[in-house]
Amino acid sequence: MTVPWPAVARLVGRRLLAAVPVMVLVTLGMFAVAAASPFDPVRRYVGDASGASQETLDALRANLSPDGTFVEQWWSWLTSVLGGDLGQSMALRQPVSQVIAERVGWSLLLCAVAFVGSVLLGTALGVLAARREGGPLDRLFSSLAYTLQAAPPFWLALLAIWLFALQLDVLPAGGLTDAGSDTVTAGSLLSHLALPAAVLTISQLPWFVLYVRQGVSDALHEDPVRGARARGVSERTVLLGHALRSGLLPVLTLVGTRVPELITGALLVETVFSWPGIASATVRAATDTDFPLLAALAAFSALAVLAGNLLADLLYGLADPRVDLNEM
Amino acid sequence: MTVRRLIRGGAAPGALAVLVAVAGCSAPSDEGDDSGGSGGQDSVVVGIANEPETLSPLLGYGKDGNSKIFDGLLRHDGEMGLEPALATELPEISDDGLTYRYPLREDVSFSDGQPFTAADVVFTYETILDPGTNNAAKGELDAIDSVEADGDHAVVFTLKYPFAPFAERTVLPIASERAAGDQDVNTGAYNTEPVGTGPYVLTDWSPGERISLTANPEYWGGEPEVRRVTMAVVPDDDVRATRLRSGDLDAAVLPPNLAEGFADEDGMVTINAESADFRAVTLPSDNPVTGDVDIRRALDLAVDRELMVESILLGAGHPAYNAIPTASPWFAEGTERAFDREGAGQLLEQAGWALQDDGFRARDGQRAEFTLWYPAGDRLRQEHALAYASDAKEIGIDITVESGSWEIIDGQLAEDAVLSGGGDPADPDFQLYTLLHSELAGNGYNNMAHYRNPAVDELLDEGRQSGDPAEREAAYEAVQRELVEDPGYTFLTHVDHVYVMADAWDGVTTQVEPHDHGLGHGPWWNVEDWRVRS
Repeated sequence: MTVPWPAVARLVGRRLLAAVPVMVLVTLGMFAVAAASPFDPVRRYVGDASGASQETLDALRANLSPDGTFVEQWWSWLTSVLGGDLGQSMALRQPVSQVIAERVGWSLLLCAVAFVGSVLLGTALGVLAARREGGPLDRLFSSLAYTLQAAPPFWLALLAIWLFALQLDVLPAGGLTDAGSDTVTAGSLLSHLALPAAVLTISQLPWFVLYVRQGVSDALHEDPVRGARARGVSERTVLLGHALRSGLLPVLTLVGTRVPELITGALLVETVFSWPGIASATVRAATDTDFPLLAALAAFSALAVLAGNLLADLLYGLADPRVDLNEM
Repeated sequence: MTVRRLIRGGAAPGALAVLVAVAGCSAPSDEGDDSGGSGGQDSVVVGIANEPETLSPLLGYGKDGNSKIFDGLLRHDGEMGLEPALATELPEISDDGLTYRYPLREDVSFSDGQPFTAADVVFTYETILDPGTNNAAKGELDAIDSVEADGDHAVVFTLKYPFAPFAERTVLPIASERAAGDQDVNTGAYNTEPVGTGPYVLTDWSPGERISLTANPEYWGGEPEVRRVTMAVVPDDDVRATRLRSGDLDAAVLPPNLAEGFADEDGMVTINAESADFRAVTLPSDNPVTGDVDIRRALDLAVDRELMVESILLGAGHPAYNAIPTASPWFAEGTERAFDREGAGQLLEQAGWALQDDGFRARDGQRAEFTLWYPAGDRLRQEHALAYASDAKEIGIDITVESGSWEIIDGQLAEDAVLSGGGDPADPDFQLYTLLHSELAGNGYNNMAHYRNPAVDELLDEGRQSGDPAEREAAYEAVQRELVEDPGYTFLTHVDHVYVMADAWDGVTTQVEPHDHGLGHGPWWNVEDWRVRS
């Protein structure tokens, strides 16, 4: 397959341009919400330190609250971000860039493993289910998928800890390394990654299974497949070469749209497993109304979603010659 | 100090230690050889619920002592008595109570090898008091007028007003001027890479996962026997209990209902730490119902504190009659009030609060009703609030219980009651002055009930200013008796903090704990003094 690089480059360029107004809206909206929020960041900053005097509260408010209307706040935030300064996190008493840099790698690792896992596993199970529509495998996988879709990741995580860490005692229940050691070795990382990645994979799995199953079984009724069968092409080639290829198209769109879901799922899973990713910082930022950190995280999430959609469209265009990248 | 050890099954301590070691070997956390083979364990992994925001004392980390990484000029012993730490002795106090002089140790270095001097003390206090420093607890040092070095090895504090409990505040950890001096105090690297003089050194902080501490071999008080302390951050109670059970954690703070599950576990001990952490209902003075002294006294008699301790706290707590715990030496003996629902009803009847057809009371057209708030999501306070309202209903007072965020509650404090909490065991002034002095009525989060009682004001001032312990004791005793006559708060319970831990070390005790119990409190408050059981 030849990649039409000029068309790809043009698509990326168009999307980058389109991303500008989206990012402006997202971040401006973030600051508007912050301005309208009934929650008081100073109250959160003080936390449980009861007995803070009015004088202390006033001084903190003067130091911590930004000046001006939310549009002015947004503008000064934007100019400093463009200058490379993401501001200061109130809740974590650190520069926002440091908060993100320290944690984002672990989150990316977890999300990437879970995402690749759910795409591959979802495709395999979906094809198996579609091969004989209404058969026992199809019924089993479909009903499992519906059940899992209804199960909150948080609950799945607790169940996994109970089973694998407590009853079977084969996998650690949380953290990045053994609680008593500081060095991250590949072996211990792998064993600590296993449960959170598995739970996140499973929570993302149902959509992929059901989409692939539907796509492939629809494709099996299409003319090209019938034609291939009539020509005596082997069932295996029909299934994987013809039906899967056209049945995967809707799944590629799904890849883009599942990114936000993946991020939310990761937040819960990371919290349960004490995974040192961005989740604990996000939860902290939200509950402590730490708007500088929230603004940066919202901007990054928006970028992740846009990138996910772009990736899906590119793959779509590459997988299906009928789709013209120039028209997307 | 009460440490209740609940060991079921009656196994001998030696056998328990062996069991711990056996259990430890099968646990995934013991792939290394830190169990030492024969039951002694020179490392401990503690599960905590809340991660500190910062490890810098300049922003409030460890302000009540036990910070592990730092030392204060003074420190509290197991009985909350003061003893010198970085100071060589307790301070010399001038006759007018306005100057405190601390001679300092000369043999102490920070973990980066730099010597500790008076300049570090001056830097720490001056930075905290600087208006640009976002330290929420700086009000606790409000009495300080100036702090000056007297040579390299002594500091002198000058106070704005005589403040008898001042020495209690100097348990505050001392930061290194050289390490922290040229950074932005609010967001600088010192918040995550602290340099202190304490028994432990921070080796790694993986935010959201854990904080790793290693014994400081150069510690001036001698190198701790427990060489590694890991604080694993596990916010969810159930997950914390599960990881404790799987052997991943050696110790954890747990709610009483989950701690109960470990009662029959061999080799685990449950430790109830008494605290000054009270739950009380504010009775705003400006509300015609809660401001009425008869209503206040009737409510005080009508609440069944024993039942709240049994049913809400599952026994892990004590009835509270004022902010000072009944076990404290400062508690005024004989001010306990027995549960007396009938007496409360009679009292209201005599005061003219007559029962109406709807079962509630009224006087001169004023119905006996008010609203009680609790912060949304706080289960403990919710249950206290509901129990309080149902006790009040029995004597004909109609309380509407509502929940809201603090932002909503803040605006209602002058009118409505709120289920409040707090407590600082170090000195009665810290407990009572901010709760009761009329000067602080409605000031920030002080005196939320807007309590105003001239006699109490005078006694509080006397207790704060007098340098004579006997005079202070008499003053605080009188305050507590005055609170029986005019209870501006209904104190309900003191909440024990419950910990479950492996029984593998000697010298494990608890202090009376404050409301806010971070990683410094709990049985590991003095982990540097534990001995590894051989």
